[in-house]
Amino acid sequence: MTQLTFARAINAGLRKSLENDSKVILLGEDIGALGGVFRVTDGLQKDFGTHRVVDTPLAESAIVGTAVGLAYRGYRPVVEIQFDGFIYPAFDQIVSQVAKLHYRTRGAVKMPITIRVPFGGGIGSPEHHSESPEAYFTHTSGLRVVTVANPQDAYTVIQQAIACNDPVLYFEPKRRYHDKGEVDENADPASALPMDKARVLTDGSDVTLVAYGPLVKTALDAASAAADEGISIEVIDLRSLAPVDYEPVVASVRKTGRLVVTHEAAQSGGLGAEVAASITERCFYHLEAAPVRVTGFDIPYPYSKLEMHHLPGLDRILDGVDRALGRPNSLSGLEG
Amino acid sequence: MSTDQTGHDGANTPQSAGSPGESGPEFLQLITPAGERISHPEFDFWVRDITDDQLCSLFEDMTVIRRIDVEATALQRQGELALWPPLLGQEAAQIGSGRSLRADDFVFSSYRENGVAYCRGVDLTDLLRVWRGNASGGWDPYSINMATPQIIIGAQTLHATGYAMGIQNDGADAVAVTYFGDGATSEGDVNEAMVFAASFQVPVVFFCTNNHWAISEPVRLQSHIQLADRATGFGIPSMRVDGNDVLAVMAATRLALDRARRGGGPTFIEAVSYRMGPHTTADDPTRYRDANELEDWAAKDPISRLAGLLERKGLLTAELQQQVKDKADTVAAQMRRGCTTMPDPSPMDIFKNVYSTPNSWLERQQDHYARYLASFVDPAGAVSEEGAR
Ligand SMILES: Cc1ncc(C[n+]2csc(CCOP(=O)(O)OP(=O)(O)O)c2C)c(N)n1
Repeated sequence: MTQLTFARAINAGLRKSLENDSKVILLGEDIGALGGVFRVTDGLQKDFGTHRVVDTPLAESAIVGTAVGLAYRGYRPVVEIQFDGFIYPAFDQIVSQVAKLHYRTRGAVKMPITIRVPFGGGIGSPEHHSESPEAYFTHTSGLRVVTVANPQDAYTVIQQAIACNDPVLYFEPKRRYHDKGEVDENADPASALPMDKARVLTDGSDVTLVAYGPLVKTALDAASAAADEGISIEVIDLRSLAPVDYEPVVASVRKTGRLVVTHEAAQSGGLGAEVAASITERCFYHLEAAPVRVTGFDIPYPYSKLEMHHLPGLDRILDGVDRALGRPNSLSGLEG
Repeated sequence: MSTDQTGHDGANTPQSAGSPGESGPEFLQLITPAGERISHPEFDFWVRDITDDQLCSLFEDMTVIRRIDVEATALQRQGELALWPPLLGQEAAQIGSGRSLRADDFVFSSYRENGVAYCRGVDLTDLLRVWRGNASGGWDPYSINMATPQIIIGAQTLHATGYAMGIQNDGADAVAVTYFGDGATSEGDVNEAMVFAASFQVPVVFFCTNNHWAISEPVRLQSHIQLADRATGFGIPSMRVDGNDVLAVMAATRLALDRARRGGGPTFIEAVSYRMGPHTTADDPTRYRDANELEDWAAKDPISRLAGLLERKGLLTAELQQQVKDKADTVAAQMRRGCTTMPDPSPMDIFKNVYSTPNSWLERQQDHYARYLASFVDPAGAVSEEGAR
């Protein structure tokens, strides 16, 4: 076991994949000599050469579009989108081509493309650098969407994503890049928990709290703060956003009777709505209160001085937990 | 995948940007790096009216924006700004073009054209608002006829082209001017902007500052040919000018503006310059850039070049230098004051201006958040730190 940051863990995972499969090829802006703006690809071009780790011109549609061609040719491209807000020029290639080619060719063509996207806020950046665009992609059939919440997962899931024959959007919680954790670099990704499975992180009996990516840490902090008040929270790290692994969530809600979902993305049409609706369908007679969402607001990501108001923090999550429990909360006395 | 001609020339060694075609035909130059005025049969015409006084004033502008830039960089280092994109080395490109524009022309720029914003008369506090994290947009675009800075690479070139379509429809003789970098020329948006601009022959000037680097990527990775030659493929006439030569930039910009005003359609200008500083204050250019290259370009510095010319003309008096320094000091001090005394935005501001008409969804969220914040108010009435955790 070694202590690695998220960024180093992803780097190590990419390195493993490059070593194990000569068809793996990295593409992106500034990923070579600079090692990416977050240094996630640090040193890889030096060790694998400019043909395997390719600095591309500034053209996101072309980065993803050429990855499609490479995939046709048997490669397994791993592309880096520099920041969440810069994925939109590539949107058409992702939703119209990457997502649909397997279906359109009746399975003849595989699109084993991994699209790495640093996402989320909390780092004091200017606009377009802190977005959570996952719902655009979870709404598109044919794509797998995953995110990671600890360095060990960061390390194994990137390898699973690259090995997967479906296209995978791999969302990296950028405000956690420098957080450290234990990583077993000898862990075999093939026998690790598959990337499309959710994981129950704490055992709890009062409320089920579903989080993913950057908010998993916040959710765990909220759970331990709640424990001090005698409230027992079961935290679930969703991990896979498309498809969602509902079984552990269903099992948990059947036990707790209460659900809180939290994410940084805006509320309307977000993944929290999907989870709340699905759980309501599946656990209606077990629910003791309406599912609660604690999310970013339906606003463009705000300027950095106020981003902490938009991002769900520990207290806002606890306020949501209080709502689910019918305890006094900020909306007490308000109807509807 | 790649050949060594496409810019993939060995990893991890500090690179030199190279310049597509730098060995080929040179660029338009009216002042040599040594400060000598050289004449040009066609372009002298466009700066024939520039008086000695105006030369001195260009010198002042360039010195002031360098000072603004250095001051802002310092403010970032001191934690007053979250980020800053330096323009160090690009003063001639920004002042030469910016001072050529008319008040009713409209600028669509990237994040680096703070010198152009200065020419448009931007309030210096407004200039910093975005970089301090206090607002998403620093100014009302109509107040200075300049859109707020664009971060999405190249997106503004389409906006400029659309604006120019509007000018054409209106039968006006204003011009839309769009600024972008060498890297941006690879983006689809920029290429689509050129298609539209050429098809409709609209009054837009594409001002590309080739500062040789797009973060860590050298210009030859973006283009195999001179950037100016890309435009001709779209049917857009282009010029390649020495971007560190304020007179050459001015001449080219004036020609392009004149063509646009007369209904001659778009023009592409490649101003060949160099980004002397980091990409932004968050960048580390030593990872990818050769120090020798920096030295070569320091010798072509736009300000000392103009100073050289002024000296030859006997204009670079101690008095002028003092006056310019005083002005730069004053402006910098004013900007610093504006920055450090800027009031913090209030939490509920995040809900403002999402829509121009009220929206019940958002009003509900706003109301709920206000209640949430209120739940932290202590008896003395102050919102505790907890509320903002
Ligand atoms: C669509 C998009 N992709 C990527 C980025 C990240 N990014 C910001 S600046 C930059 C380099 C731009 O280089 P260039 O166009 O040459 O302009 P310069 O910064 O040199 O002035 C990149 C890749 C972005 N802002 N927008």
